[in-house]
Amino acid sequence: MTAHHAPAPVSPEDARIAPKPRLRRFQQASWDEKLIFELGSPGERGVLVPAPDPAIAPVEIPPALRRAEPPALPEMSQQQVLRHYLRLSQENLGADLNIDVGQGTCTMKYSPKVNDQFVRDPRIAALHPLQDEDTVQGVLGIIHSLELLLKEISGMDRVSLQPAAGSAAIYTNVAMIRAYFAARGELEQRDEVITTIFSHPSNAACAKTAGFKVITLHPDADGYPDIEALKAAVGPRTAALLITNPEDTGIYNPRIEEFVRIVHEAGGLCSYDQANANGILGITRAREAGFDLCHFNLHKTFSTPHACGGPAAGASAVTEELAPYLPRPTVEFDGERYRLDDDRPESIGKMRPFYGVVPNLVRAYAWIMSLGAEGLRSAAETAVLNNNYLLHKVRRIPGVSVPYAQGRPRVEQVRYSWQKLHEDTGLHSEDIGLRAADFGTHYWTSHHPYLVPEPMTLEPTESYTRADLDEYVAILTEIAREAYESPETVRTAPHRSTIHRIRPETLEDPATWAVSWRAYRRKILGEATR
Amino acid sequence: MVNPVAGLGGRVGLGGTDGRERRHRALALGARALAGERAAAALRELRELRAGSGVGAGAGAGAGAGAGAGALGGAVAEPEVVTAAGAMGADSVAAAGLTARVVYVPGAGDETSAEDTLAAVRAVVAEGVDLLLLAGGDGTARDVLTALDGVHCPVLGVPTGVKMHSAVFGVSPRAAGQVAAAWLARSGSVRLRDAEVMDRDEDELRAGRVASRLYGWLPVPDVPVRVQQRKTGSTAGAPEAVGGIAAEVAERVGDGLLALGPGSTTRAVAAALGADVSLTGVDVLALRPGHPTEVVLRDGGEDALLAAGPCWIGLSPIGGQGFLLGRGNQQISPRVLRAAGGRERLLVLCTEQKLASLGGRPLLLDTGDEALDAELAGHLPVITGRRRTSLYRLTT
Amino acid sequence: MTSSENFVHPYIPNSVPSVRQAMLEEIGAASIEDFYADIPAGIRLHRPLDLPAALRSEVELTRHMEELLARNTSTRQVLSFLGSGCYPHHVPAVVDEVVNRSEFLTAYAGEPYEDHGRFQALWEYQSMMAELLDVEVVNVPVYDGFQAAGTALRMAGRVTGRRRVLVATAIDADKLSRIRDYVRPDHDITVVPVDPETGSADLDALHRELAAGDTAAVYADAPSALGIVDSALPRLAELAHDAGALYVVGCNPLTLGVLAPPSAYGADIACGDIQPLGIHQSFGGGNAGFIATRDEERLVAEYPSRLFGLAPTSVEGEYGFGDVAHERTSFALREEGKEWVGTAAALHGIGAGVYLALMGPQGMREIGDTILAHTAYARQRLAQVPGIEVPYGDALHFADFTVRYTGGRTAAEIRADLKERGIYGSVPTGEHEAAFCVTEVHSKADIDRLAAALEEIVK
Repeated sequence: MTAHHAPAPVSPEDARIAPKPRLRRFQQASWDEKLIFELGSPGERGVLVPAPDPAIAPVEIPPALRRAEPPALPEMSQQQVLRHYLRLSQENLGADLNIDVGQGTCTMKYSPKVNDQFVRDPRIAALHPLQDEDTVQGVLGIIHSLELLLKEISGMDRVSLQPAAGSAAIYTNVAMIRAYFAARGELEQRDEVITTIFSHPSNAACAKTAGFKVITLHPDADGYPDIEALKAAVGPRTAALLITNPEDTGIYNPRIEEFVRIVHEAGGLCSYDQANANGILGITRAREAGFDLCHFNLHKTFSTPHACGGPAAGASAVTEELAPYLPRPTVEFDGERYRLDDDRPESIGKMRPFYGVVPNLVRAYAWIMSLGAEGLRSAAETAVLNNNYLLHKVRRIPGVSVPYAQGRPRVEQVRYSWQKLHEDTGLHSEDIGLRAADFGTHYWTSHHPYLVPEPMTLEPTESYTRADLDEYVAILTEIAREAYESPETVRTAPHRSTIHRIRPETLEDPATWAVSWRAYRRKILGEATR
Repeated sequence: MVNPVAGLGGRVGLGGTDGRERRHRALALGARALAGERAAAALRELRELRAGSGVGAGAGAGAGAGAGAGALGGAVAEPEVVTAAGAMGADSVAAAGLTARVVYVPGAGDETSAEDTLAAVRAVVAEGVDLLLLAGGDGTARDVLTALDGVHCPVLGVPTGVKMHSAVFGVSPRAAGQVAAAWLARSGSVRLRDAEVMDRDEDELRAGRVASRLYGWLPVPDVPVRVQQRKTGSTAGAPEAVGGIAAEVAERVGDGLLALGPGSTTRAVAAALGADVSLTGVDVLALRPGHPTEVVLRDGGEDALLAAGPCWIGLSPIGGQGFLLGRGNQQISPRVLRAAGGRERLLVLCTEQKLASLGGRPLLLDTGDEALDAELAGHLPVITGRRRTSLYRLTT
Repeated sequence: MTSSENFVHPYIPNSVPSVRQAMLEEIGAASIEDFYADIPAGIRLHRPLDLPAALRSEVELTRHMEELLARNTSTRQVLSFLGSGCYPHHVPAVVDEVVNRSEFLTAYAGEPYEDHGRFQALWEYQSMMAELLDVEVVNVPVYDGFQAAGTALRMAGRVTGRRRVLVATAIDADKLSRIRDYVRPDHDITVVPVDPETGSADLDALHRELAAGDTAAVYADAPSALGIVDSALPRLAELAHDAGALYVVGCNPLTLGVLAPPSAYGADIACGDIQPLGIHQSFGGGNAGFIATRDEERLVAEYPSRLFGLAPTSVEGEYGFGDVAHERTSFALREEGKEWVGTAAALHGIGAGVYLALMGPQGMREIGDTILAHTAYARQRLAQVPGIEVPYGDALHFADFTVRYTGGRTAAEIRADLKERGIYGSVPTGEHEAAFCVTEVHSKADIDRLAAALEEIVK
């Protein structure tokens, strides 16, 4: 036994914890988790399935249709499955965790938790789409009311909530344009769709998928959509203009009415991609600008979660003239009762199974209802304020420039350029972005091709505090400093993320790409797989 | 291969340093030779490239040498470098902390000449190198083009000159070094592309106009922008675009003749149409749906093109600079253009990627015929893929 | 002037007036109006939006939503035999636990570094689906099974360069509508009617259609819209391949613990919807589509959707993931028909992966056996009801099946009467014909109760 001594006295100073540094000392979870195929052992069970009643005879499957060998799925106990996926979940930077202002054009706003609760209620989750209408008046009412809300927000006459996502809504609009001209006997003649290079690329891709030729307008010297180019593009072959406004640069096209007029005079329709609507809710609408169709991304502007890349939800809105072509069924209300109207002979048909991504329609409805007109406007104004605040600060970071429309404000996002930094240091925008992961955040560059060299697109939405924005700016400033002073740190980043730099070349070669565990085993490990 | 005097004239306002007299004036004006330092900055990128780090995953092999790529995932591999003595390379290699084998020693005297450049390039290439790093400007690139004279050797320019219209240069010495490292490590994403060698047109210059001229192409390692970072919805620049352009051209031309101007895009389009044409000349293809494409005229001059009969004219702008007509394709003269039918028969072929690389600058033309220039100028449809065009400005 | 100066909402932190003012001052702007300078007055909305008053607190919002939800009757409150494309299966609790995690629910498009978990979970989904489908390539989910079928057929069209698509098995009308619209620019769809007696493919008719040439693909659903797993599925592969066409099969992945995967009987492309793999019915709103092929460059090059691949990192023993750059191969006629890629249904893929990991080979076999047995029993039991005829003889059925009412009452009337008895079913597929569905969630007693109710109703 050792002798007991009285403890040494401590002072309050000893208990003092140093204040947090300006930048957080982030370390992302890195569980070094195996692949699920390397876990479990034969015979383990994750969940049990009810066996048929002993009185029910088993079914003999004809040999040609019977599975020869059981699928080589993992065999794992329940907690082990849960633990594997919880570990993987921690190796993500969801919008709930980081200052997610970096995924520009994606509108990473807060998705309220209370809205998730409604979606998980069995009176949404366990509804079957073919139930009698009398038993689903609540959900039909939500769909119909959301249509009315979006009708007012866009100024259009009718809305369909069937599209599965934003691009699906663009496609829906293109399909309606095609049906409209087919009905007028003009489809053969009108086979061209015009878009701009700073509109979302799905506008061009959807038009092409639907069989149209695509003409892309490049911007004028100031970065605005080039009206002279539009004039050169329109003609008797023009079916439609598909355009985003503000574009992905955050620049609002002030001549949008003139664009619409020129296309209308040529006999074409105009469809408004409102993916970037978050800064203009209640400020300006598709109706006032003269559009015939528009679409919203409910997972962007109306707060439904991005879910690792979907499920999302889209809304297509049209004028009365195009309403007959909307996807079927529509939801109708006679003052007392909601019903589904499938008897729409001119409809383009179904855009997805049943009626839409209902859980996200419920969330979007709840979000709009919780904000009202004043709240939507506040969201828009705050998103724009946050964006211009960020612009004001980011443009001062060494190596950053803001191409186009010098001296003009931006709406809800900005496409910046690290070209100067690249020329000075040889580092790419992608390198800066990967280094940001070491500080617990990230950003997105731009769609391809990069018209703005070494791009970075930031969209702060209304969800972040001033302190959040300041922290984000501090992170970028620090990385820029490192780029000039110790570029190797940036070039080999990330250092504190889940994993280190991937060697992507194997993903480009058919001999080595491995899209599945069995492909990896066969091609890389050289194992015999069946 | 360092051109030690490249860039001398820049800061003293003399433009390039082609020619001894101008060089002397530059030195007299207090110019300082920076080429060696800049070359060393690029070479440093070849050193200590750990496997998997950055653009050039894997260890570097020879900077100008034929050693095999270092083992991926292995330790640091010293690149094997061959070069010319002194300021023509060895000094820079040493400054970068690498060792070099000297295979050419310039003649006596304190300055090197274009002849030295030619001889040094030939000596280095004779060693069977994987990559020729050249430090200089447009004039140096031209010398390399001359020295190689058709011998295939990947080349990469470290920008140290004053005039750098050529597309063979990296954006900065360090960036060039990183691309070189990626190429030497045989990183899967690095491919070769044909890059234009441009230089100021001395004839034009004497006539009081500044204009540049296309001299030829050199194969250059190209690291595409990493496509890993791909948001849903974005489409990476894909090589199939050229196939799409070819399919679109075939549909427009139908049963007819197509004169293709020089360049790597038009050459790739011809290949997709089943014809092998030269990189530098104007060739005429006979297209017939359902039949193999025939080359009916090779390397045609103005008269031969006129004699070939009515043609569609397929042109691609010079990358990064945007000249569509009047540089490197003067065979397609105002007479040829008019005989073809002018604007209506002009097919401008360019991938979206290449258009984007123009940085918003317009396409340029200078046919020498002002009336024709005025007729052709304006917004022109550029074929960027199958059923896809971009409207782009064409100005004089 | 701004209309929202004094509106401070919990979702909008910088709506606090003093913060707003400080930010404006820092920027040097007089008001938020300055930022809208590029929007012409002529297209400004000079009035507030005409929307219902905001339900600002969670209390008010929840009360309002509860009123709406109370007007729905969920399938948990009744006995439901509804299927026909949206299936009532048990969703294991662990699936919900995982897909509701904030980290997954709110992630989006990060890099494979800070979003490593998303990439790994989706790659594992691809891999488990590949085991189930006995192929090497499965994509990151597309919107739904309809989209997957449309895309699979366009892929077949690009591979073959041909125009016609023949549908050999009974197909859901909505699915046909979607596919028709989607392939319209490049393909014509011909539905070869099934044999009315057996509900199975009419091989002679198909043969005649194939003889006309230019067929890009023969398409079959397994099970078909009638619930039938056609014994001719392998034969269709031979017919398609003899005609130089690809064989595209839409399948329900939940059947594959016991039924042969399409690749085993000659399918070149398999596709379908993973809703049965642990996705809630959600009024028909829970869908995600898969497309599966061999690892053959000419097929892989035609995927318009994302494929994640496994790759090494700079650290020994570390798994990395990334997009397989399959579109950059020189193969393929992509320029003839590029499709779009957008935000689709990734989280459902992660959920389906959790489902497959929980089920394992045993669970998948058992659930397949149980549903086959339940379906056979229900068909047999309902056939005993006077006034009901169960068509298509002894064709193998999975979950969905058809009945005919011979007593004069319509399918719609019977559906309404069932509803009065707390049973959902009898989806009309004709005036006197209807569809029912049974799965593992039903018991023998449930099926007997349905039969008893029908005995009273049908007459």
